[in-house]
Amino acid sequence: MTTRFFGDTAILTGRSLRHILRSPDTIITTTIMPIAFMLLFVYVFGGAISQGSGSARYVTYLLPGILLITIASSISYAAFRLFMDMKNGIFERFLSMPIARSSVLWAHVLTSLVASLTSVVVVVLVALVMGFRSEAGVGAWLAVAGILLLFTLALTWIAVIPGLTAKSVDGASAFSYPLIFLPFISSAFVATATMPGPVRAFAEHQPVTSIVDAIRDLFTQQPVGSDIWIALAWCVGILIVAYALAMATYHRKIA
Amino acid sequence: MTTIPSQAAVAATGLRKSFGDQVALDGIDLEVAEGTIFALLGPNGAGKTTAVKILSTLLKADAGTATVAGFDVATQAAKVRESISLTGQFAAVDEILSGRENLLLVARLRRVPDAGQLADALLARFQLTEAANRRVATYSGGMRRRLDIAMSLIGNPPVIFLDEPTTGLDPQGRIEVWNSVKQLAGQGTTVLLTTQYLEEAEHLADRIAILDQGRIIANGTLAELQQLLPPAKVEYVEKQPSLEEVFLAIVGAAGKDGHAGNDPSIGTDKSGTDE
Repeated sequence: MTTRFFGDTAILTGRSLRHILRSPDTIITTTIMPIAFMLLFVYVFGGAISQGSGSARYVTYLLPGILLITIASSISYAAFRLFMDMKNGIFERFLSMPIARSSVLWAHVLTSLVASLTSVVVVVLVALVMGFRSEAGVGAWLAVAGILLLFTLALTWIAVIPGLTAKSVDGASAFSYPLIFLPFISSAFVATATMPGPVRAFAEHQPVTSIVDAIRDLFTQQPVGSDIWIALAWCVGILIVAYALAMATYHRKIA
Repeated sequence: MTTIPSQAAVAATGLRKSFGDQVALDGIDLEVAEGTIFALLGPNGAGKTTAVKILSTLLKADAGTATVAGFDVATQAAKVRESISLTGQFAAVDEILSGRENLLLVARLRRVPDAGQLADALLARFQLTEAANRRVATYSGGMRRRLDIAMSLIGNPPVIFLDEPTTGLDPQGRIEVWNSVKQLAGQGTTVLLTTQYLEEAEHLADRIAILDQGRIIANGTLAELQQLLPPAKVEYVEKQPSLEEVFLAIVGAAGKDGHAGNDPSIGTDKSGTDE
């Protein structure tokens, strides 16, 4: 059964990756908004925010939050692709075939990982052009990649839920708006110290801040301290809850 | 009427299913002999799709039992799925892939050894060779359905479910599908199809069950069903061509059969034109 699962997952992942290759616009539209935010914040607000410390340094400050926005906008396509499969009946065709049933979901999740990380790479390249520089070594980069991978995995399992239950295309992707918005109320763009009490309290205790701080410390070779453990705890916690809910929804759907 | 139950490819007794307080199936029994075509005929909302979904392990029945190819749909679902193919109500094909890629996908999932060779053979058999490498999004309704059915044949499942295979097709597309279904049954595959078209059931099925509001209200061969009505009167009427016959004559029918006048048994034959 397990070899069946891996084989089926590989075949079905190949299928949905082909979808992305044939409509690369999904990658492009995913990266447009984060890149626009990055341009806006660095070249329009950046002077006021960074107090003359230079736009290149502000890009480096900003990039972690921008990467999280990139991932949040990318996973709405995971919900969209799953929803379309449910709607046009191919989902039922797969489920009526002698395949490992959970591989149908895993294929979508793995595809989402590949698509999100491709978008992340595009955004990082744009940031490099804008002056982003990091002296981080291989280990720190691997740590950043690991955190982003875990974050994408957690958000993708959240995306599976609307993908399975939505009644319309809009419903399937609308859930990602608050996720895209979350980095704005965090340490992603400005230090939380400048925020008024309640907002600051929220900003300092929501997952994005610890993830952003951990990645920023890794980029700038600062000691990551406890941030990285809080960040990992958030990612793993969200992942476990989202996975359990998504699986429960899936089993309810497929009887 | 006296078929031997041991050879039933599909058998169901007392199937019930409700969605909330909406009763979809109110205790149906049916039996499909191996290698035959069985039509579940009924209006929209009669419970046809629910029945097919239960038999193809996509839904669990609230009560009753069913076996497909000798396996229980509730307790041996994986075995059932190895023995069936489901062609759903809407052509379940991947629009972004080409026709050939769709066939390869299913062939790989079914672990067919020579996937490429099989795909090419099926493309040829369903007259899709020319369109093989085009995206399915560019296919006509009839082509999609043919691809859909071709995908269902991969792995030679002994039982095939077709849920409203011709709904939404133009007359040529419908004839193409009919020909494919007849060809299948000719090879010994058991076909259970649902339809809301009387003509389709009449044309294809060895046995017909009429489903209405979740109950089977009649079940038998066409001849048996005809006997339920008063005997036919012999009348002489000048036969006007049906609109369908005119249409097919003008556009040049895709199928060769279906119009060779092989339905002489039915006196008043209006059913074909008004679907």
